[in-house]
Amino acid sequence: MRLIKSQIERRDGSGFATLLPEEPEDMWHAYNLIRPADLLRASAIRRVTTESATGSTSSTRVHTTLTLRVTSVDFDAGASELHVSGKVAEENKYVKLGGFHTLDLELNRNFTLEKAEGWDSVALDIVREATDQRKKAEVWAVVMGTGIGNICLVTENQTILRQRVESMMPKKRYDGSGKLEAAQDKFFSTLLTTLLTHLDLTIQPPKPLLLASSDFTASAFQAYIKRTAINTANKPLQSLLPAIIIAHSSSAHVHALADVLKSPAVLQKLSNTKYARESSLMDRLEELLRKDDGRAWYGPREVERAVEKGAVGRGGGALLISNALFRSQKIEERRRWVGLVDRVKEVEGGEVRVLSSLHESGKRLESLGNVAAILTFPLEDLDEEDEGDGDGGVDGTRVEGEGEDVSDIV
Amino acid sequence: MSHRRAKGIEYDDDEVADYSDEYAEDTQKQQGMYCSLRKLSPEDQVRMHEGKAQVKKALGSSYSVSDKEIEEALWHYYYDVSKSVSYLKNLRPPQQPKKPKQASRFDQAANSAASTQKRKPDATGTHFSFVSARDFFKDTPWLQLPDHRRGNITLEPVVPRLRLLGGSSKPSSKLAALAAARKKKEEEKRAAAMPAIDTSAQQQLPDRAISLLDRLGSRASGESNTEKNAHLSAPSGHVSEKFQPRSYPVRPRKEPSSSRPEEPKETATPAPEPTKLEPLPDIKAEPSTFARIMVGAHPSSHGIHNRSKEGSFFSIPYADDPEFTKRNPFTGPSPDDVVVNAQSKGVKSDKQKAKPKEAERITNGISHVDHGKSTLMGRLLYDLKVIDQRSLDKLRKEADAIGKSSFALAWVMDQTSEERSRGVTVDIATNSFETEKTRFTILDAPGHRDFIPNMIAGASQADFAILVVDAGTNSFESGLKGQTKEHALLVRSMGVQRLIVAVNKMDMVSWSEGRFQEISQQMSAFLTSAGFQPKNVTFVPCSGLTGGNVVNPPPEGTMLWYTGQTLVQELDASETTKRAIEQPLRLSIFDIFRGGVTNPLSVAGRIAAGSLQVGDQVLVMPSGEKATIKGIEIDNGAADWAVAGQMVTLHLTDIDPVHLRYGDVLCSPSNPIKNVKSFTAKILAFEHVLPMSVEVHQGRLNVAATVSRLVAVLDKSTGEVTKKKPRAVQPGAVARVVVELENAIPLEGRVILRAGGSTVAAGLIESSS
Repeated sequence: MRLIKSQIERRDGSGFATLLPEEPEDMWHAYNLIRPADLLRASAIRRVTTESATGSTSSTRVHTTLTLRVTSVDFDAGASELHVSGKVAEENKYVKLGGFHTLDLELNRNFTLEKAEGWDSVALDIVREATDQRKKAEVWAVVMGTGIGNICLVTENQTILRQRVESMMPKKRYDGSGKLEAAQDKFFSTLLTTLLTHLDLTIQPPKPLLLASSDFTASAFQAYIKRTAINTANKPLQSLLPAIIIAHSSSAHVHALADVLKSPAVLQKLSNTKYARESSLMDRLEELLRKDDGRAWYGPREVERAVEKGAVGRGGGALLISNALFRSQKIEERRRWVGLVDRVKEVEGGEVRVLSSLHESGKRLESLGNVAAILTFPLEDLDEEDEGDGDGGVDGTRVEGEGEDVSDIV
Repeated sequence: MSHRRAKGIEYDDDEVADYSDEYAEDTQKQQGMYCSLRKLSPEDQVRMHEGKAQVKKALGSSYSVSDKEIEEALWHYYYDVSKSVSYLKNLRPPQQPKKPKQASRFDQAANSAASTQKRKPDATGTHFSFVSARDFFKDTPWLQLPDHRRGNITLEPVVPRLRLLGGSSKPSSKLAALAAARKKKEEEKRAAAMPAIDTSAQQQLPDRAISLLDRLGSRASGESNTEKNAHLSAPSGHVSEKFQPRSYPVRPRKEPSSSRPEEPKETATPAPEPTKLEPLPDIKAEPSTFARIMVGAHPSSHGIHNRSKEGSFFSIPYADDPEFTKRNPFTGPSPDDVVVNAQSKGVKSDKQKAKPKEAERITNGISHVDHGKSTLMGRLLYDLKVIDQRSLDKLRKEADAIGKSSFALAWVMDQTSEERSRGVTVDIATNSFETEKTRFTILDAPGHRDFIPNMIAGASQADFAILVVDAGTNSFESGLKGQTKEHALLVRSMGVQRLIVAVNKMDMVSWSEGRFQEISQQMSAFLTSAGFQPKNVTFVPCSGLTGGNVVNPPPEGTMLWYTGQTLVQELDASETTKRAIEQPLRLSIFDIFRGGVTNPLSVAGRIAAGSLQVGDQVLVMPSGEKATIKGIEIDNGAADWAVAGQMVTLHLTDIDPVHLRYGDVLCSPSNPIKNVKSFTAKILAFEHVLPMSVEVHQGRLNVAATVSRLVAVLDKSTGEVTKKKPRAVQPGAVARVVVELENAIPLEGRVILRAGGSTVAAGLIESSS
């Protein structure tokens, strides 16, 4: 993403920014920036129906620039497309004020965003991060097992499952194994064909391809690619061979990728420092939770209390928060989390990490209630006051759960 | 023996010339003529005289037989007294005609054939019963229909059925004897091919089923006929019943027989005898042998009680034509009747099956990697003669070729090239063996941590486990930290209670008692903490590589201190677990394969609960598609039904293979298993459990999931809540958690939760949605 122009007041955050998305990943940033009630101006294609004097109608498609007051944002992770719907806020010759329109943000077309609530620190951080022009790490990964392959694209902020290839593999039978090898070759051929529809081999050097499996499938697949490349004298495929990394995963599920990406050998190749830091923080958090000494907490209310008590400060305090919380439809909700982030960052001096909900580390955090904190000193019983009052989404469901449990025990 | 062949049946040339006259003649008269015209040579006369005296003596006074008949018999049996006697006894049966006849028919036929050979052709005295042209040509190809069709489809004779009249059952005609001999020759040929089935069949069947045997035999075509063979060798009541219902079809034509000769344990369950009508006095003579051979087994000749009903009806040949019988679709029992009938029978057999003697047990060999499971399993199979020397020698040679000679026994179980080249078991291997008491199915589980999902798949099928530990220094200790521990916990949490700890590689520590005791102590302590009851755990020192104390006792003088049993004796001593036969059907698919042209889609697995039978409709979950069971195989033999606890192969029809995956559950459509998207489970944590991503395992099922909520920590013994909403569940604690699955799958009962390549918890599903 490139920042074309911006006029933002430092004091109250009012003003606008014009941005140019350049790659699919930028749509993800845009999705995190654009909130309901914001003003968005972008080019649009609108079908205009005109009625002639005689009453006959004709419709034409026109390119125009529309300004919308956003009502909802929809992100398609698989295709990296962002659909923004809203009411027309500025009339022009094709559309009337108040008419509805859905914009599909396009690559390489400017859009201008004016935040209704002003640009807060989190939004500015997103812009800063998105407009960082350093080369982005992007890796293709296939997490595979016997008869199953998950083709994923791992970017700095997302892990996108592009396609899953499944094939029925015969199990070991008493009468020999000839069929097994034939079936594996067939599976590999399907997997490779599918993979090649996603990979762009014209880019030189090709992006790294990570093959991970818990058994020998990954290395067998590498051997298969090699064989195929040589047998078919496929030059682009041959150029891919040095880019292949073999790794060990705990299973064939996508979430096993978290462990794979964490391993030093892979990290070195991927040079994704942001992810490395996030995942080491997550590991530390889990380790502390295991020790159960009151130095790690998760869940919205617990973390808020810990911050109130000044435990997430300088000297190792860290707040881990998923960007899913900032995408809340409620303005108060977003304010609550932005306030928390600002407090930790500016007042307490702790480290704040906004984790992408589409990335593996963010997914780990998601099960912990999307927010967690590592404290500088142990705090006990942060959760006790919750008993009974049951406010907040997560707590509420917990209480419900307990009700039904009593009957289960009996 | 003669090799002259006319079409179908051999005739002596001059006999053929005689036919025209003979047909017209009255049989009895002809026989008389034959006797009076016969001229015996002096030697013959002497022998005849001696023979007659002997026969009379043998027969005693209870049989009233005329001299003429004796002479006749002796002549035919070429002066063989004993045969003549038995024949004559049959001729005038005192009360029960079945028994004495039984063994003699073949002999008669063979003997008479021999005698005809030696006799001169001019001495013929063939006499036929009255045969119409239609019957005469009945064995010509256009009417020679497959036997099972003839028997299976029954109808009420619309037109009086053509029937054989009179005739004696004597082997009086040379021609008939010749034909019979030929049949017998075929029979013998076939018997050589299928000795086991035939000998039992010959003993069981009454002689009148010979023609049936012959005709079945003539089109015997190996395996495709197995079902028929099962019928063939079924108790006599069955066979005769199969051909019975000519008069009016009240009984189902196809009652699946529950007894199969291939599986001796099952023959113990007798097939219910068909309800017999009160036999009426048989006033008609049996058709002659010749007539029977020419016409084929006449239905009425198989059931005495039936004949009286049919009276003197005449069958029309075309009534046997399948096209003809198709016109009357209501002659057979309705498909529903067949199912109902089979069901009532299945339930009956189920109960009998529960006898301990017939128990079938499934054993799972587990351990840390390289502790020698596969080798021990291979040894077990080899010493119990499941694997022959030749196959093992071949494996040895192959193993030597790549410098891994000690792997030869392991290769019995490790069959894929990947497993062999890497020297580790990857997937479960199944094999079965039998001891005097029990038949075992043995599963060889992979020990390597990467293949634990496969091990879980195997262990979920097991009744009990053999935990193999390496007695070698360090190996045992490293195993206890590694998969020995994990596997023991896994099998325990999957409900396996009985465990045999095979302390393997004892030969490497020179059969030391100290080492064995040390390991036993450490393991007992650990296993007790893992929840095994000490009385259910046995320790057996052995060596898989040398075979000591596996099947055979340890080598002389090596293990004097050990007084216990060998591994196989221990296996035998273990008790059978209870089966959930009465519950609705649950079968987790362990394997899917193409069984061949006749069975394009087969699945294998162990029936966890309930029973199933051929013709049943089953529901496949999660796809929700229905399939019909076309056939059932147990231990490579066809069966009509199967019950909980058995490993079965099912041949399915009416379903597209895309709806089937490993781990899918077959269940009864009336009592389907639910597809679960999230569940609450009581778990026993092996490691720290946080709200996190896990994999849920059950059998072959393996699905990504998230522990979304930790509801409470429970007291281990009472199950009461000790702490609500814990932040983390400590290892060893029992807790209640909510797990959300990535996609809906059929789940019930016990599950295993794994994360990051290790088992974090085992759980029992309490409620699901």
